[in-house]
Amino acid sequence: MAFGVRLHIWGERACFTRPEMKVERVSYDVITPSAARGILEAIHWKPAIRWCIDRIHVLKPIHFESIRRNEVGHKLPASTVTKAMKAGRVDDVHYFVDQGRQQRAATILRDVGYVIEAHFEFTPRADNSDSPGKHLDIFNRRARQGQCFHMPCLGTREFPAAFELVESEAEMPVVDTQLHGERDLGFMLHDIDFASGKTPRFFRARMVDGVIEVPPFAEALA
Amino acid sequence: MTAIANRYEFVLLFDVTNGNPNGDPDAGNLPRLDPETNQGLVTDVCLKRKIRNYVALEKEEDAGYAIYMQEKSVLNNQHKKAYEALNIKPEPKKLPKDEAKARGLTAWMCGNFFDVRTFGAVMTTEVNSGQVRGPVQMAFASSIDPVVPMEVSITRMAVTNERDLEKERTMGRKHIIPYGLYRVHGYVSAKLAERTGFSEDDLELLWRSLINMFEHDRSAARGEMSARKLIVFKHDHPMGNAPAHRLFDSVQVERVEGEADTPARHYSDYRVTVDADMLPAGVSVEERL
Repeated sequence: MAFGVRLHIWGERACFTRPEMKVERVSYDVITPSAARGILEAIHWKPAIRWCIDRIHVLKPIHFESIRRNEVGHKLPASTVTKAMKAGRVDDVHYFVDQGRQQRAATILRDVGYVIEAHFEFTPRADNSDSPGKHLDIFNRRARQGQCFHMPCLGTREFPAAFELVESEAEMPVVDTQLHGERDLGFMLHDIDFASGKTPRFFRARMVDGVIEVPPFAEALA
Repeated sequence: MTAIANRYEFVLLFDVTNGNPNGDPDAGNLPRLDPETNQGLVTDVCLKRKIRNYVALEKEEDAGYAIYMQEKSVLNNQHKKAYEALNIKPEPKKLPKDEAKARGLTAWMCGNFFDVRTFGAVMTTEVNSGQVRGPVQMAFASSIDPVVPMEVSITRMAVTNERDLEKERTMGRKHIIPYGLYRVHGYVSAKLAERTGFSEDDLELLWRSLINMFEHDRSAARGEMSARKLIVFKHDHPMGNAPAHRLFDSVQVERVEGEADTPARHYSDYRVTVDADMLPAGVSVEERL
């Protein structure tokens, strides 16, 4: 736990979309290691380090809610932009929202709270100026003061995540009694392997008294 | 354009009188409700739409303020004039590497489109994915108190089809909320602004659009909607000086004395207080409305 950090995060709503149900989004029961990593990176990250999630503490009972919204159905092709740049005008670069509309429902989580336990490792891009103490200090200082690079979110950007550094054992928030016991959450996304063509990798999530042990990324299933 | 150098958070209070601020497509266009608390909801995307529409109206002909996600209604008088090319011109002869090219595209989109610069956009370019994450992020708005939607039946003294002529009139339905005061939280990241070129001018335009967006969004469904208060927290440090949730906690919205058990029907039924004393050092608060 030398480089370890613990961050308490919470929010009113969250959506950690299951990759198999992403057209009409359905959230996982709990935050994924991938989303947790994103939250830490929103506070501090440099190409020299890589955050590894060790443990996720689930603090509140798992509740779902559904919300349906008008969304857009396609993306802007790069060729349109290139053409507009050449012509020096924006006339053809637009998207008519009421023509390309899709109504999609999302099954999202309500009232969530987690503690993320994580550490970081150095990547090949680290050099002499990168000491563990430096990055740990930056992270802790920012988290303590509520500083962030951008507001971290719980899965999607419309659900902001409030955060607070957990500095000692005594400050650890309590897990709701409803979560006591053992629960199998099934296969869950660990993270995306960006080094090998963005392959998703999974792990079997088991929650014991609200705590999920996250295996090292190398052990996750492709 | 130089990007903003401070992080901001904002609280916007807006209200609706006898209208439907945001219909739920899942519930036959009833106003959105939080099923657990019966508080009214307005989605982030609903408000972002109104900001885009306001900017499209105010900056109709201005270079650099085009709106990418358009509603047809605001399009009619837009983009008629020839558009002055910006300095970022492609150099087809040099054939830049794919990544540089993708960056050029992204930069051009940010430079020309207010909504891409502000909220971001997803664009399809294979290499550098051309995904822009904008500095401005908004959460769902929810009402201070539970709201009770009413169903109002209305009649129309005409029919659509000739075969219905003997029916004489058609019945319709409207869903309204008699009154609701909504609160929404927003975040502006200085660091993401650096990447999209979101400037001080853009920020002022954002505040203006938050204050005025309902003034240009009148319709039969909306009833009377208005922005009531816009409280802006400015951090000295670009990364911020305090956690956002603590700043939001300093804004309290309560019912005025003795009225807590009665249904609210007007903004004057509420009292809004900003506890400036509890603000941490390095954060200043400004009431823009």
